[in-house]
Amino acid sequence: MSDGNFKSSKLSRRSTLLGLGASAGALATAGVLPGTARFAQAQSSAPIKIGFQKHATGIGAAYGRWYGATTDAAVKRINDNGGINGRPVEIVVEDDGTDPKRGAEVLEKFATQHECDIAFGTLFSHVVIGSAPRAGELKLPYFVVSEGHHVASGMLNRYTLQPGITDVKSQVQSMAPFVAGNLGKKVTMIYPDFAFGHDHRDFFSAAIEAQGGEVVAKIAIPPTETSFTRYFPNIPRETEVIYHVMVGPAVLTFVKELGEFFGPSRPEIFGFIDSLEAVNINSPGLEFLEGTYFWEGMPRHAQADQTSHDKAYRAAVGVDDRGASLSDGKDVSTFAHMFGCWETLNIIKAGMEASDYQGPADRAKLIEAVEAMTDLPESDDHPQGPKQFNGKTHQVFGQQYISKVTDGKLVRAHTASIEDGMYEDEVDYTAQSF
Amino acid sequence: MTSSRKSTLLHLGVLALLVVLFFVLPPYHAGNLSRIMVLAIYAMGYNLLFGYTGLLSLGHAMFFAAGMYGFGLTLNLGGWPVPLAFVAGVVCAGALALVIGLLALRTAGVAFMIVTLMFAQTGYLVVLYFGTYTRGDEGFVIQQAQRMLGGFDLTSETGRYVTALILFAICFLGLARLVQTPFGRTLVAIRENEERTRMLGYDAGSHKLRALIISGAVSGVAGAAYALLFGYVGATFATVQYSIFPLLWVLLGGAGTTIGPLIGVFFMFYLIDTSSTYTNAYMLIAGVVLVLLTVFAPQGLAGELRKRVFKWLP
Amino acid sequence: MEFGPHLMLASLEGAVIAAILSLTAMGLSIVFGVMRVVNVAHGEFFMLGAVLAWYVTSALGGHPALGFVAALLIVPVLVAAIAATADRLILKRINYDADRTIVGTIGILYIIQQTTLMTFGPDARPVEAPFNTRLSLPWFEFGENGFAMFWPWGLSTTSYKLFVIAAAVVILLGLWMVITRTKIGLVMRATQQDSEMAQAFGVPVGTVYSLVFGLGAGLAALGAVLVVPIQQAHYLMGHDPLLLSFIVVIIGGLGSLPGTIVAAILIGMSDGIISVFFSPTIAKIIATLLVAMVLVFRPQGLLGKTAP
Repeated sequence: MSDGNFKSSKLSRRSTLLGLGASAGALATAGVLPGTARFAQAQSSAPIKIGFQKHATGIGAAYGRWYGATTDAAVKRINDNGGINGRPVEIVVEDDGTDPKRGAEVLEKFATQHECDIAFGTLFSHVVIGSAPRAGELKLPYFVVSEGHHVASGMLNRYTLQPGITDVKSQVQSMAPFVAGNLGKKVTMIYPDFAFGHDHRDFFSAAIEAQGGEVVAKIAIPPTETSFTRYFPNIPRETEVIYHVMVGPAVLTFVKELGEFFGPSRPEIFGFIDSLEAVNINSPGLEFLEGTYFWEGMPRHAQADQTSHDKAYRAAVGVDDRGASLSDGKDVSTFAHMFGCWETLNIIKAGMEASDYQGPADRAKLIEAVEAMTDLPESDDHPQGPKQFNGKTHQVFGQQYISKVTDGKLVRAHTASIEDGMYEDEVDYTAQSF
Repeated sequence: MTSSRKSTLLHLGVLALLVVLFFVLPPYHAGNLSRIMVLAIYAMGYNLLFGYTGLLSLGHAMFFAAGMYGFGLTLNLGGWPVPLAFVAGVVCAGALALVIGLLALRTAGVAFMIVTLMFAQTGYLVVLYFGTYTRGDEGFVIQQAQRMLGGFDLTSETGRYVTALILFAICFLGLARLVQTPFGRTLVAIRENEERTRMLGYDAGSHKLRALIISGAVSGVAGAAYALLFGYVGATFATVQYSIFPLLWVLLGGAGTTIGPLIGVFFMFYLIDTSSTYTNAYMLIAGVVLVLLTVFAPQGLAGELRKRVFKWLP
Repeated sequence: MEFGPHLMLASLEGAVIAAILSLTAMGLSIVFGVMRVVNVAHGEFFMLGAVLAWYVTSALGGHPALGFVAALLIVPVLVAAIAATADRLILKRINYDADRTIVGTIGILYIIQQTTLMTFGPDARPVEAPFNTRLSLPWFEFGENGFAMFWPWGLSTTSYKLFVIAAAVVILLGLWMVITRTKIGLVMRATQQDSEMAQAFGVPVGTVYSLVFGLGAGLAALGAVLVVPIQQAHYLMGHDPLLLSFIVVIIGGLGSLPGTIVAAILIGMSDGIISVFFSPTIAKIIATLLVAMVLVFRPQGLLGKTAP
């Protein structure tokens, strides 16, 4: 919990001033950057306040801690480079307890108590869905990093956007060609028996059938389950591929028991890294994962062809080549998801600069500016890879990665293209009024 | 002044205070207060059963959720108008309470706790099982456009506060009146000594069942109101945690007092909200405060007031 | 998988759950029986057991068995001491009043959970089992060629899981000996039957309560140490053990220790076996309803004598 226990601003006056000075110098030498003029005419040097809804307690706390670390790193970088529109960024942290009721309360607090410019947050879908109606009513732009399909499905509102992480529908659908082509066509799915699992079930079933495969069994595990072996006999003998996705604190038990169940004769196994997020892949009992495949939002282990962006991102956040904390190699991050915080904050910066954001009166302009975004090339701002933002559905699309466990390391075996994850628009938020 | 005059004044005074607070409080706290009033309705429903009748239920989340889903599903899937959907939610909760009551009231004491707990757990799993309609744990949104009553926008800060206050006032005054009636007094008699009440010729079973139905329906009002005013329906509200909250609020505020539930919810809400401003370890502070309160204010805040200052407190 | 082997696997898994559950529930049952209070923080003592086991094993290093044995000896005592202190500081002061104990122990629950989150962190952490060999199990069937033995796909358990079952049996036997054959047990039973009378006969009831509260928490911690090589230590893991133990104690019959064991076995096993016949969530729904129905028609519990 070393970096998990901060409150309110992490920003020291000194670093802000240094950052501003450095950026002013850089801009002066560069001469004609559009920022120069704006920096000079920034009407206020008061910080831009971003309310950060954090899973500091509750079931999502393991994710929240790393979302916090990534957010701090991203904000530090933004401030070191001159802030946004010449103003420093200040993060206001509130714990949502991974609870939708508290999440909505915290959002109100950002809007009416802390007077934040925007809100930014969180992973668990129920917190996002519980909070989003309040964001719409309070007219507070709410940038979520949740990978749920709720934004693109049209359930939410014009003030809620997901520009930094792809959604589950896109992720799942883009996996089917690889699974059917390389692993097998008869798939047994094991997923948690709640909405997130049902999304996997429905989207993947459809996608694998389009590839000529079929789902031979669907095993939904009740939530809060802590032992799993008794469900595995429902896996049909004809299964060629196991598709698993689990979340929560019992994930390691789940994967271990899966290995113990099969012993030496396992089928191909394909899982979402959610089943092992924040867990060391070399934990005792996981040896059987050797040779199995994982979806990863962003490869946890640095690859042979590592980009400079990936390198810079790891260094800034403080994780090593195996995605673990630099200060404690056993402390594995939620690497496949937390990049979303970094990228979302950079989108916020770009959107605020494009709309010349000055204060809450410009919130609608900010949203329009983000809606106008399309291609987001791979860069230090977007280390996970190139992306396309869909302004109508408020959802970003990007590459997906499949890694194979090779000698205890996650080695990228396939990159699913942006197009593999595309689907028809289900909503046009730009048609809604502000 | 007689006790009953004092008590009438107190209740009207509390409501007047809530009206005044809307105009003086900054928006953040006014928003909190509308939420607190909705949750206080839930706590009041719970208090009727626990504080007045002496039945400790660990499953009230199922009634809150029944109100919430009864309202949300008829509105969203059935396309019912808001008032009708609201009534549907309350009826769902009351009907569920009737069924649960017929079974669970065969038991008492700890067995009643477990039976209600188990039924509530079943309810939670049923919500998950029918994920196609309920979207399980993730829940669903009730769109802003749907949350209108006539031309009255229930999602504006004023609309929300006024609606919460009206619902709160109805339940608050209604329950305060109810516990003064012969029916209410019989409930207290059952709490104090069920055997003796029975021997005096009262049908304790039917009284307990009616108390449970009212308690469940009032909890359902709170659930439907939450969905209506805050636009979200989700399975979290059906979990054990949300069954334990009203128990905690009522014990803190003062079981068997009419204003205890409001005080308990208010206290707990601001305990978490304020301490989380100063530290991330706000649960630690909440824990310590709870322990201190049990040691030094054994009858809850309103209960202590009654004992020490206002002996007439209803 | 065929029906027979599936049933056997589910029963084996159920037996492991039942073993842990009977230890944890026994802790709650003793507290409940002797002191007549609902300890909402019971699950947190379970969690503390698992978390402290992680600390002990990772501090010692070396062979996993070394750390495990150390944890088995140290952790329950440590947790018992914490619980006894809580009893002295809090429960004693509120005279074990039923309602106030609920609020007080919810307070203790928050304190323990938040303290663990701040020190141990939000991650689930594994403890390595002292030994853990996968054992394939055979199945017998009458086929065309008469009696045949074969090795069904997936039918297996681990040596550690068998050890957990055996360990629970040994511990419970030991506990039974203590309660029925020793002076401490006699004093406990006397206090349970009539604490005022016991006091009159010179039993230091206050001390007995602290001891009992500690013993209850220690048993929960012991169950946790046994289970942590199968599941991981996590700061929210106390929730389920609390609910399940609570259910087991009431189903078994308040104050009946044999009833607690019977109920633990029933609930642990039924959870596994029902899952053979139904889809997982339906199985959970049925198992939950079943518990409610047992109490509806037998409010005093399976082996309880009179309605509480």
